[in-house]
Amino acid sequence: MALPAYASPLEKLWHYTYLVICALIFLFLISPILIIMPLSFNAEPYFTFTEKMMALDPEGYSLRWYDSLLTFGMQAPDAPRDAAWWGDFWRNAQWMQVTKNSIIIGFFSTLLATVLGTLAALGLSRPEMPFRRAIMAVLISPMIVPIIITATGLFFFYSKTGLANSYPGIILAHATLGIPFVIITVTATLVGFDQSLSRAAASLGANPRTTFFKVIMPLILPGVISGALFAFVTSFDEVVVVLFVADHSQQTIPRQMWNGIREQISPAILAVATILVVISIALLTTVELLRRRSDRLRGISAR
Amino acid sequence: MTDAAAPLSTADGRPLKAALAASQTRARRRALALVAPLFLFVLITFVVPIGQMLFQSVYNPTFADAAPALRQWFDDNPPGAAIDESAFAALAADLKQMRAERTAGAAGTRINYDVAGTRSLFTAAARRADSLEPPYREAILDLDAGWGDPLLWRAMRSASSPITADFYLAALDLTRDQTGAIVQVDEKQRVYKLLFGRTLMLSALITFTCLLLAFPIAHLLATLPLAKSNLLMILVLLPFWTSLLVRTTSWIVLLQQQGVINNALVALGIVGADGRIQMIYNQMGTIIAMTHILLPFMVLPLYSVMRPIPPSYVRAARSLGATSWTAFRRIYLPQTLPGIGAGALLVFILAVGYYITPALVGGADGQLISNLIAFHMQKSLNWSLAAALAGLLLGGVLILYWLYDKLVGIDNLKLG
Repeated sequence: MALPAYASPLEKLWHYTYLVICALIFLFLISPILIIMPLSFNAEPYFTFTEKMMALDPEGYSLRWYDSLLTFGMQAPDAPRDAAWWGDFWRNAQWMQVTKNSIIIGFFSTLLATVLGTLAALGLSRPEMPFRRAIMAVLISPMIVPIIITATGLFFFYSKTGLANSYPGIILAHATLGIPFVIITVTATLVGFDQSLSRAAASLGANPRTTFFKVIMPLILPGVISGALFAFVTSFDEVVVVLFVADHSQQTIPRQMWNGIREQISPAILAVATILVVISIALLTTVELLRRRSDRLRGISAR
Repeated sequence: MTDAAAPLSTADGRPLKAALAASQTRARRRALALVAPLFLFVLITFVVPIGQMLFQSVYNPTFADAAPALRQWFDDNPPGAAIDESAFAALAADLKQMRAERTAGAAGTRINYDVAGTRSLFTAAARRADSLEPPYREAILDLDAGWGDPLLWRAMRSASSPITADFYLAALDLTRDQTGAIVQVDEKQRVYKLLFGRTLMLSALITFTCLLLAFPIAHLLATLPLAKSNLLMILVLLPFWTSLLVRTTSWIVLLQQQGVINNALVALGIVGADGRIQMIYNQMGTIIAMTHILLPFMVLPLYSVMRPIPPSYVRAARSLGATSWTAFRRIYLPQTLPGIGAGALLVFILAVGYYITPALVGGADGQLISNLIAFHMQKSLNWSLAAALAGLLLGGVLILYWLYDKLVGIDNLKLG
C-alpha cells in the first residue's frame, strides 16, 4: 500500500501511525505463541525470564522440563537410560500414554470424517442435489453449536447406549466435530471443478468409478488432505467431549494439559505447548503448500 | 422436423420429456445417496444426542417414580384441594417405600431444586417412616412442622408429573408460588439471567474488540501485494492452527501476577513491585484471551471481502474532492459491510458458547453460561437444569446461525 505522491503531511503521519498500529496487532497475535518457546527452556521453575536468561547465559537454559515430560509417570525414572528404560517409558510414561490415545483417536476419527465428508461434499456439489441448503446447514452445525451442548448431549446419549468411557464413543464424537471442516474445504475445492472433465472421461469410455479415481480424485486431493488435517487438528485439540464422556484410560494430550493448567501449572506444560506449536507450524505449512497446489491445478495462478 | 406436433423422442422411442425426467431423478438420487451416509451419521451422533438432552430438560421422573401414592393423590385431587389426612397417608406410604428402596435422597434432591432446604426433610422422615402411625397428619407434622408448608406441597405436585417445565422456569430465574402462578425468584437468588446477560455482554464486547483489531490488519493484508500479504497472513493463520489450550496457557504465562508483562512493567518502573496488575482470573483475562483466540475468525471473512474491492473507487472519490476520511467512510466502509457482518456474527456465535478459556482464565467473574452448564453437569449433578440451560443457549445460537445463513450463507464459510 504505497502512499500517493499527493498525500498531505497529516496523511503521511496517519499512514505511518496506521502501520505501527498494524504491527502492534500482529505482535498481539503472534507474541503469545512465540513467548512460550524460550520459556520452556527455563532452568528455573518460573514462568518468566530470569536474569540469566536475559543475559543469554547458557546456565539459565536447560532441557529439564522436556526431560520431566519423558519421565513423568514412569516406574523407574532414574534408572540408566537403556532399552529397559525406554520400554518403561513406552509403557508407563503419562505423556506417552496420552500421546498414543490422541493419535489413535485422531487417526480413526479423521479417517471416518474424511471418507464420509468427501462423499457428501461430492453429492452436495452436484447441481441436482435437492434440499442442498438445509442439509448443508445440518452438516455444518457441529461446528456452530457450542461444544458444551454437544458434550452434554453425548453424555446422556452414551450413558444410555454404553458408549461412555470407550474409544469408539470418543472417535465417533470427534469425527462428528471434524466433519464440518472436511465439508467446507472439499466443497470449496469442488467449486472450481470443471464438470466437463468427468463428462470427457465418460465419453472416452471410463465408468464412474474410473472417472472418480483417475480424474476427480487427483484434482480434489489437495482439498481432501487439507480437510483431513483440519479434522485431525480438531480431534487433537478437543478437550470438552473427552472431559465429559471419557474415563482415565482414554485421556488425550489436551486433557492432560487441562489437568496440568488447572492443578499445578509447571513449565512442563510450556514444553508440551512448544512441541504442539511446532506441530501446528508443520501442519500450517502443509496446508498452505496444498492450497497453492490446488490453485495451480485449477488454473488459478498465484491466486 | 417434419411434423412439429409430434413429441420429440429418444433413440429408443421414449418421449424425450419422460426420459429427461427419469435421468434427472436418477441424478438426484445419486446425489442424495452420496450425502445420505454422512447425514445419517450426523443424525445419530449429533442430532439424536442433542434431542435426548432437550428431552432430559423437560423430563425428570425421579420424584414421580419414588412417590407413586402421592402421584395418585395429586391425580385424584385438583390443584388447590385441601391437604388432608388422605394426602398425608399417601405421603407416609411413599416415605415407607422410599426407606425400603433408598430413594429418599434422590426424591428430596428433586424437591430441593424447587424449594431450598427440603432435602433433609425427606431423608429424616424416611429414616423414621416405619414408626409412623395413623393419624398420619399429626404424626408427620410432629416429625417436622415443615411438612405443612403449602409451597412444599406445590413443589411435590409439580414434581409428581415426570414431564415438567420447572427446569426452564428455574433457568430463567422464575418459580411458582403457592397458587401456581409464575413469579420471579428472590432477588438474591437470581443468578441465571445475570449470567445470560453477562455472556451476551462479554460476547458483544469481544466481538467489538475483534472487529476493532481485525479491520486495520485485514485492510493492510488486502492492499499489500500478494507475495507480502501471504507472508503476513501466516501471522494470522498460525494462531488459528495452534491448540486452544496452548494459546490459553500462553496468556496465563503473560498475564499472571508473576508473569512476563507484570515483570516487564515492574522492571521498567511503571508499576511498583507491590502494585502488580491483576489481569487474569477475572473478566479481563477472559476478554483478552478470547479476543486473541477469535481474532482470526474476524480477519479471514474481512480479508476475503476487502481483497476484491478495487482501489480505484477510493481514488475516484479523492479526485472528486473527498477528504481521505470521507472517502473511507462513504466509499470504502460500505463495501466492507458484508465482511463485517459475516465476521461479527461468526465471532459472536462462537463467543456465546465458549467454555474452555473462561474456565481456565475467567476466575469468578469471567465465567460464561457454558461454565454454569458444566458446573450443573459435573458438580451439582442437576442434569435437568443443565439441560434446560443448554436448551436455552442452543435456541439462541440456532437463531443466530439461521441469521448467519440468511445474511451470509453457510457456503461462504471459509477457513484460511
